[in-house]
Amino acid sequence: MDVAIVGIGMHPFGRHDGVSGRAQGAHAARAALADAGITWKDLQFAFGGSHSAGDADTLVSELGLTGLPFINVANGCATGGSALIMADGSIRSGAYDLGIAVGFDKHPRGAFNTDPETMGLGKWYGETGLMLTTQFFAMKIQRYMREHRISSSTLAKVAAKAFRNGSLNENAWRRTPLSEEEIAASPMISHPLTQYMFCSPGEGAVALVLCRGDRARRYTDRPVYLSAATLRSRPFGSFEVFAPWLSVERGDSPSVAASRAAFEQAGIEPGEIDVAQVQDTESGAEVIHMAETGLCKHGEQESLIQAGATEIGGPSPINTDGGCLANGEPIGASGLRQVYESVVQLRGDAGPRQVPGGPTTAFTHVYGAPGISACTVLTR
Amino acid sequence: MVLWGDADAGASDVTSLGWVLVRASQVPIATGLFTWPSDDPRLIGSSCQVCGTTTFPAQGSCPRCTAEAMDEQALPRTGTLWSFTVQGFRPKDPYAGPEEFEPYGVGYVELPGQVIVESRLTENDPDRLEIGMPMELVIVPFRRDESGDDVMTFAFRPAVEGTRE
Repeated sequence: MDVAIVGIGMHPFGRHDGVSGRAQGAHAARAALADAGITWKDLQFAFGGSHSAGDADTLVSELGLTGLPFINVANGCATGGSALIMADGSIRSGAYDLGIAVGFDKHPRGAFNTDPETMGLGKWYGETGLMLTTQFFAMKIQRYMREHRISSSTLAKVAAKAFRNGSLNENAWRRTPLSEEEIAASPMISHPLTQYMFCSPGEGAVALVLCRGDRARRYTDRPVYLSAATLRSRPFGSFEVFAPWLSVERGDSPSVAASRAAFEQAGIEPGEIDVAQVQDTESGAEVIHMAETGLCKHGEQESLIQAGATEIGGPSPINTDGGCLANGEPIGASGLRQVYESVVQLRGDAGPRQVPGGPTTAFTHVYGAPGISACTVLTR
Repeated sequence: MVLWGDADAGASDVTSLGWVLVRASQVPIATGLFTWPSDDPRLIGSSCQVCGTTTFPAQGSCPRCTAEAMDEQALPRTGTLWSFTVQGFRPKDPYAGPEEFEPYGVGYVELPGQVIVESRLTENDPDRLEIGMPMELVIVPFRRDESGDDVMTFAFRPAVEGTRE
């Protein structure tokens, strides 16, 4: 059974004082329903989640008390991706024909703070100032830069591209282009990463209506097929957020396993992907994830990015909507934003940021604490 | 002296009177994390009886082979810097450091053949840190608690090669 995405909806990302995360989720759901030409009453199931903005299933009080099974999903940074995977499985199994995945969030300003005890760590870990995702990303790219000869200029170029692409996206949070010089000169948050190389927790919502592939044309004349949706947790030896220790026996990141499984399931090679969205929590993450997902080899990023290969008009466009850097990271919605952007690109609706040449294949990748990755391959 | 992270003074400076004073005014941030008190501080990890995997802190089962047979183990005191960063802003809760913030180094130190541990670093200038440089464990005061005691935690500092172990 194929699965198709026939409706997409988004509440703009950014800061929306006075608008709750739930209200943003309801807005995105209504937009997705309208896009598919259906109503809430037509849906047979829903999966949804947020990290900081409440239980998704309470949306039924606003969207309609139809009695449908609405299951909350909580899976850290992969919450949106997990909701999508559950929706995908519900249709692929033949159990349901039509449903929705919704993710939303509204985080306080500033870096995420996490209680170590909820992650099985001692209080000392947080008290002494080790419980910061920013440190992990900095230390991962610090070592990666040395092992694979990635320059600081490349980190700045990734962020400059994000803000340039974000300026072309009406739903993005940060829409002012910044020069590489401005990015490099911004305050050092966690060496070697500066303030403008990091995304910020934010707000926003995305909803996707999915249906059986053979019924997609009832709802749209431009269906996009979810050729694969995968999720993996960390294997032994990987280097993850919130790790007081690492094994001397080094292993791959969960991004490697999740992306490999996605490409295998879709029967598509990474080289066949026309447009990709990868987790860019900060500049270095985009660089590393390009190779971990197989879009290039380790170390190739330096020449690719310096040559502009990942720009919208380049041979391998990446994070065409500005990514997390320009959109911020509302955890529950972030992974679904990547799928939303992929659908917009595959439909040819991306306007000034449209990848030229009529892309037919797209790839998405999220990565997050405590070592989890979710990927999709989309085709039309 | 060693307990203040100034290992050059040497453990021999710790007198019996010194011990009494130290124990009255210094408390470890957590029990079971490092040997305390000790003139030769070590992190306390655990080692799997089946596959030999070493963890830090100690835990009850092995994340590699899943065996529930772990022995507590004092980890080597010296190693090499595996990666590093410098924390540039005062973290939010649950960070409990002094209100007056000074950037601090954070790194992973590879204890040869055993485990790579995450730790605060005594050095906060990235230009003076380099992957592969030798490091050694010290126990340092982190903050003063409500009763006026110094809360002690572990850190690694750059070591001059050949001077220790």
